[in-house]
Amino acid sequence: MALKASALKVGDTHSERVVDNLSRTQIVQYAGSSGDYNPLHTDEIYTVQKAGYPSVFAHGMLTMGLTGKMLTNYVGDGRLTKFGVRFTNQVWPGDTLDASATVAAIREEGGVKLVDLTLSTVNQDGTEVMTGNATARIDP
Amino acid sequence: MAKITFPVEASHIMMFARSIGDTNPVYYDAEAAKKTEAGGIIAPPSFAQSVAQFNPDYFLRPKPGQPWFGSGKTASGVEGKASSSGGLHAEQHFEFHRHIGPGDVLTVETKPGASWEKESKRAGKLMFRESITEYRDQNGNLVITARSVGVTTERPVSQG
Repeated sequence: MALKASALKVGDTHSERVVDNLSRTQIVQYAGSSGDYNPLHTDEIYTVQKAGYPSVFAHGMLTMGLTGKMLTNYVGDGRLTKFGVRFTNQVWPGDTLDASATVAAIREEGGVKLVDLTLSTVNQDGTEVMTGNATARIDP
Repeated sequence: MAKITFPVEASHIMMFARSIGDTNPVYYDAEAAKKTEAGGIIAPPSFAQSVAQFNPDYFLRPKPGQPWFGSGKTASGVEGKASSSGGLHAEQHFEFHRHIGPGDVLTVETKPGASWEKESKRAGKLMFRESITEYRDQNGNLVITARSVGVTTERPVSQG
């Protein structure tokens, strides 16, 4: 299952559709599992009338979790050593997100083969909602 | 900030995996997980942030007998100016020294990092605040290091 250094090259890309038509219910589900009950994510009345946004929007960490699913599917279970992201645009109910990982470098550190990946998650309009980087252990 | 004890539990991992739509059995099926390289159930990479569940004072969880800023009879249970756009999450970084699983009991400590300001067209003045969180296991070993950047905006982020 794990990636092999010998079979990878810089520029290789893996992408997945990580959510199709994001529901408010899934955002609620994420609030419950993460413990982040900020009403900006789950309370349409508060968010529209008090906070001034057009609707509730997803937790940044939900987008990170969705992107992480693509990442662990690609590199294998328990292989990540680093995963970092920057949230660049909000994710709204109804959004469809595609996440991708592109090989930036294949290297060795202390006898362990590693792959550095550049991450990008875009919505249905092609707007980038999250960028990031990850590193994973790979096989020789 | 006080240290938080974070017991990692199988049902919490299962619910977390469901909430991100991840059906990988390594997150809920002990038998299947045994046969994987992980050797047992592990948590998805961003699960560590769910330590919020174990922070008794976490400000984004309603608490009995205390006013809550979300809607009830009125659009907000807190009088006066709403916390405008409030705080948003700008960045999150994890470094994994080991992947955690059910049975781990983590001790989690968060320390403030740098803070800085930036002007933005879409939301006015932005105030960034960094925090560093260290997760140590029951043997005292550092298992996860997290760096989080939060941003407070002057006004709600304009769309389009």
